[in-house]
Amino acid sequence: MLQFILRRILLLIPVIFGLTIIMFVIARLLPGDPVGLAAGANATQAERQALATEFGLDRPIWAQYGTYVAGLARGDLGRSLLTRRPVAQDIATYLPATLELVLAALALAVILGVPLGLLTALWRNRWPDYLSQVVAIGAISMPRFFLGLLLQLVFAMWLMWLPLGGRLPIIVFPPHKVTGFLTIDALLSGNGTIFVTALRHLAMPTIALSLSPLATIMRMMRASAIEVMGQDYVTTARALGLPRRKIVTKVIARNAFSATLTVIGLYFGWLLGGTVLVETVFDWPGLGLYATKAIVSQDMMPVIGVALVSGLIFVVANLLIDTAYGLINPKVRYA
Amino acid sequence: MSKLADPIAATAAGPVRREKLARALFRFRQSRLSLLGAAIVALVLFFALLGSVLAPYPDDVRGSVSTAARFLAPSAAHPFGTNEVGQDVLSLTMAGTTVSVLAGFGVVIIGSLLGTLVGAVAGFAGGLVDEALMRFTDLVLTIPSLILAMAIAAALGPGFENMVLAISLSWWPGYARLVRGEVLAAREEVYVTAARAIGASPARVLFRHILPNCLSPIIVKMSLDMGFAILTVAGLGFIGIGVRPPTPEWGTLLSTARSYMPDYWWTAMAPGMAMFLAVFGFNLLGDGLRDVLDPRGRR
Repeated sequence: MLQFILRRILLLIPVIFGLTIIMFVIARLLPGDPVGLAAGANATQAERQALATEFGLDRPIWAQYGTYVAGLARGDLGRSLLTRRPVAQDIATYLPATLELVLAALALAVILGVPLGLLTALWRNRWPDYLSQVVAIGAISMPRFFLGLLLQLVFAMWLMWLPLGGRLPIIVFPPHKVTGFLTIDALLSGNGTIFVTALRHLAMPTIALSLSPLATIMRMMRASAIEVMGQDYVTTARALGLPRRKIVTKVIARNAFSATLTVIGLYFGWLLGGTVLVETVFDWPGLGLYATKAIVSQDMMPVIGVALVSGLIFVVANLLIDTAYGLINPKVRYA
Repeated sequence: MSKLADPIAATAAGPVRREKLARALFRFRQSRLSLLGAAIVALVLFFALLGSVLAPYPDDVRGSVSTAARFLAPSAAHPFGTNEVGQDVLSLTMAGTTVSVLAGFGVVIIGSLLGTLVGAVAGFAGGLVDEALMRFTDLVLTIPSLILAMAIAAALGPGFENMVLAISLSWWPGYARLVRGEVLAAREEVYVTAARAIGASPARVLFRHILPNCLSPIIVKMSLDMGFAILTVAGLGFIGIGVRPPTPEWGTLLSTARSYMPDYWWTAMAPGMAMFLAVFGFNLLGDGLRDVLDPRGRR
């Protein structure tokens, strides 16, 4: 097991090189004029040249790449052309906001999706099952940003139950930073008011982001539960006279969940991208909003940094899922 | 060589294929949801073709502005109200269908062609070629596709073709993995050995014998992807990358409407609902097609 994990961690190194090369190639495709955009419309030729020299943009691409990789070893992700701030520092600021949102959405999707999927499997081919199928396809088809706008309209603007956007009101002093997750940090510092406020801000973006994975996880869980129900060991459990409740929770749920787990890992990557639109709607100060701003102004260093970090998070998340898979299902532990 | 095989194919495969098709059609008609999906898709395609002509205010679609009619609430004359420059929201939304559907088709077709090519070559060649192509595919898959599409779109610059190309370039890995698996399985079939035995070239074996037999899962994935492609196009429009105004596009319309919430909420309803309906239709249809064409996925 340990050897398996170590080997997977070593595999991260080529992934880092590959990701940065791909993003560098994309950045070089740029027909635009990032230096001109950053320098401003009134900049003289000398000022542009100075900016290009400062950021090494006048050097050949392989030399720029070499500098970037050398910086990577020191945890340096380059500097933003626009704000001149180090990308690594910016990402450290914005990443916790995104992770908090993504994990909350994933948790909601799993907590509701897994039992609902199990229930629809038990009700297979009766009307709740058909209804759930239509609702699930509807949920997948709903644009997250339109859903976000509707939620804002109803709950923030008309009913005024929830805040419109952001993580905390500007006047509220954020809790002492430990994890960067405002809800957890508020709990750690024992501040119940901030915890509730942060949770209220988190509610709508989480719902908007989780609807589609919730529906998918529900359908996946239904499909694998139905497959498990036809297996011999379920018949055996029934023949042994195990109570129905125990068969469902111990035998069917456990076996069906391990198949669903793989989908959850894949959804993690999807959510890291899907959060871009939700963050835009809710002014959520995370990686997505940061990347969007950089992309619109052709500021490529932050874009490369975000792609690299989210790619690595995705790979690590799937490594964790594979490890969890072994813990849940002993059959694959030594495979 | 193929002349020998042809008469047999004509006598045996013809009726079998027709019967298969009839059976598939029957199964498809059994499912009311798939029929509903097909109906919605037909409607969407109809508007994509004729939306800008049938729009109640065709002048508004071409960019005419009327400050006197700014922000009119929904009424009989303007069922979804008017926007910040007095254009009829329903007309803009109807005309916007064209861009979304065209871009969706473009993404799915280009993405599937690229992915099929990569996957087919990887699965058929095997060895080092397979390893290299699939590691590259996995690498692209690790970058969140929306961020990748945004980065490429920003690098290529604005415009319809660039947007379609950018999304397609983030879309192909799924097809590459699917097709590689299918080709790997098909490679060992008897008909491939037979084709090789009669001296068919590797390219002929791959493109004339193996790929046609892998078509159903590719078509199923394309139909299931269509809705998501439309969503991605609208998402890029919403962020502000993609088609430039005055060409009406659902995501851009929604993004503009957002800045006039909550007072002029109606400007968001028509484009948002159109998006949902179009994606819903394609997803229902794709689900139905999967049940018919890919019995393994049916439960």
